Amino acid sequence: MSETKVIDACNTYCPGPLMELITYMKQAEVGDILELLSTDQGTASDVPEWVNKIGHEMVSSEKVDDIWHIKVRKAK
Amino acid sequence: MRILIVGGGTGGTIVANNLARRLDPEIRKRKASITMLSASDQHMYQPGLLYVAFGQMMPDELYRDQESLLETTINFHVDPVEEFKLDNNQVKTKSGSVYHYDILVIATGSRTMSHKVPGLEEGSETFYTEAGAVSMFKKLREFEGGKVAMVVGVPHKCPIAPVEAVFALHDYFVKRGIRDKVEIKYHYPINRIHSIENVAIWAKPEFDRMGIEYETLFNLEEVDAENKVIKSMEGSEYNYDLLISIPEHHGMEVIEQNELGKDGWIPTDRHQLTMDGHDNVYVVGDTTNLPVSKTGSAAHFEAEIISENIASIIKIGAPVSEYDGKVYCFIEAGHDKATYANFNYQNPPDLKPANKSMHWFKMSYNQMYWTSVRGLL
Repeated sequence: MSETKVIDACNTYCPGPLMELITYMKQAEVGDILELLSTDQGTASDVPEWVNKIGHEMVSSEKVDDIWHIKVRKAK
Repeated sequence: MRILIVGGGTGGTIVANNLARRLDPEIRKRKASITMLSASDQHMYQPGLLYVAFGQMMPDELYRDQESLLETTINFHVDPVEEFKLDNNQVKTKSGSVYHYDILVIATGSRTMSHKVPGLEEGSETFYTEAGAVSMFKKLREFEGGKVAMVVGVPHKCPIAPVEAVFALHDYFVKRGIRDKVEIKYHYPINRIHSIENVAIWAKPEFDRMGIEYETLFNLEEVDAENKVIKSMEGSEYNYDLLISIPEHHGMEVIEQNELGKDGWIPTDRHQLTMDGHDNVYVVGDTTNLPVSKTGSAAHFEAEIISENIASIIKIGAPVSEYDGKVYCFIEAGHDKATYANFNYQNPPDLKPANKSMHWFKMSYNQMYWTSVRGLL
């Protein structure tokens, strides 16, 4: 059964939100959804670029107050 | 109050020494005790491995006897933990001993996982272990020209190491007079050459100036060690003559085996540094799941907060400090110059121009580390 995991990478710079997503993606099963929280504006474009290149699936991306909530499904 | 520290690396040693000094009155009155369990009687200065890989330090310079670094009131045993029984406040060791604690500090560090990528172990050199660093030096020494590739796994300790290592490769071949015969290509998993944006902005012109090629969005999938080809999940390939890898890391096997955290990364409160669900268990250094750099620097600043809070809890019943995400890392930039990255949860790194003074400060710190780990710096 697919799980959703929240990764809180708000206010972090090293190794940074996208690297945190990659780390947790390795732990996830195919079909799992990872929700990345980030206060870094660049994350909103960095994540889709990585997701599209590597072949996972963007589920949603929205900014709530000052925090980006970016959901990605592990596709392979 | 029985304080048990598992792990004798940077974080564990600083916690132990700081606590021993803060709780000296309580220890002398036998109201507190500090015990450290480690898998080794030696303490290694891990940042020195990069220097070993380039023939600038000898392996034996990286080690001190662990007991020599500890305050005399600390009970130290070389007896690695095999079982954590957190609900019973006890651990069981390899020798079969059971240690009960009131407060536990897990400081077990992290390890490389080269075997997770097919072909990587047999096809690459890495400076992330002593044997690897010595082997890499010998391979560099034999190298007369061709393509040198660097690949980076996620996560890994010392996030700045890929940049430092590629600058060191450039300097090494320049010094040998063969830089024009060597193509250096750096591969990085995300869409810039370093995860810290300001480091990427600073380093890119340096890469261009040094003629270092790079490919971003390259996540290593496998190494064809026989034909010397690296292949990415994104579908690209590169033929190499010498492959340098910074492998993916996990926490230690004992953490995974005891199911304390997936891939060995223990869920940790980012300010109090307590393990989620266990207020009497602190986690320090690489083995946390915190979204901070896995570095000795982070372990150092975390250790200071942990020891301050454990002492205050014992003395007045409440913690007094919070970890603010502080990290301070030197960055060797080549040509005997260095800069540094200083940041926390609220303030991003703001790199200053590299200079010789900072490089020599880093060289000094390679020796001052032994004072730092005693909790005196």
